[in-house]
Amino acid sequence: MWIYEKKLQYPVRVSKCDPRMARYLIEQYGGADGELSAALRYLNQRYTIPDKVIGLLTDIGTEEFAHLEMIATMVYKLTKDATPEQLEAAGLGPHFVNHDHALFYHNAAGVPWTAAYIQAKGDPIADLYEDIAAEEKARATYQWLIDYTDDVDLQDSLKFLREREIVHSLRFKEAVEILKADREQKKVF
Amino acid sequence: MAEYNNREERADPPKSKRAENADRNDHSAYCADLEELQAVDFALVELTLYLDTHPMDMQAVQQFNQLVQRRQQLAAAFEMKHGPLMQFGHSYSRFPWQWVDTPWPWQV
Repeated sequence: MWIYEKKLQYPVRVSKCDPRMARYLIEQYGGADGELSAALRYLNQRYTIPDKVIGLLTDIGTEEFAHLEMIATMVYKLTKDATPEQLEAAGLGPHFVNHDHALFYHNAAGVPWTAAYIQAKGDPIADLYEDIAAEEKARATYQWLIDYTDDVDLQDSLKFLREREIVHSLRFKEAVEILKADREQKKVF
Repeated sequence: MAEYNNREERADPPKSKRAENADRNDHSAYCADLEELQAVDFALVELTLYLDTHPMDMQAVQQFNQLVQRRQQLAAAFEMKHGPLMQFGHSYSRFPWQWVDTPWPWQV
């Protein structure tokens, strides 16, 4: 089971109301390479992955939910004081008429999240390679987002998330090596 | 709903200047205590993922267990001061039930 903890993994501060940036950050909330995709991908793959990497998929999948909450906090803080006019000027008019100030799982272009973004092949190497690619794509997205804002408080939280993608990618690469070594060993006997 | 509103009224009476200053001090103490816990928890997340792929690293397991102990002390002190961090029986509550109290993480 999962138990919620009433705290963010890392502090999220924003220095101004900025619906334009919120609109782009939504990519990491409900986009193909976003945190929701990541969490659901790993926590679904883990049931059929070899025992040696179940722990890793469980823990990284769980951490992704903490990142999802950080992104949500950014979007919430950047838009909570915005007027409908400000939201419209930032390109969030279509969002506002459907969701008001509520968050929703869609990408920066407004396309709703779909399970088609993620895969589970049941082949451990194929699944882990997808996971490595997902982390690298998310890292790249965080870099573009950092480049897109001059808010140093927001940049600080985004840099934390970018670094986490790098660590997750590294751990998944190690998991591949663990499975390969395991497979080699089995051939000997 | 009426009961909930009463609680809100009780929590937010008209504020004097002194009460506002006290709130600010509470907020900065809350943030400082939280960051101390977040720092230890970050080390624990990192060690957890590392150990998932390096289960034979004895030093890392020792470091992990030391930090678990430190984490338990910090979290217990934080909860005494600021209320429960977790629910479903992982944190105590004073009366009235504290879990529903603000701030939630995105409101900090």
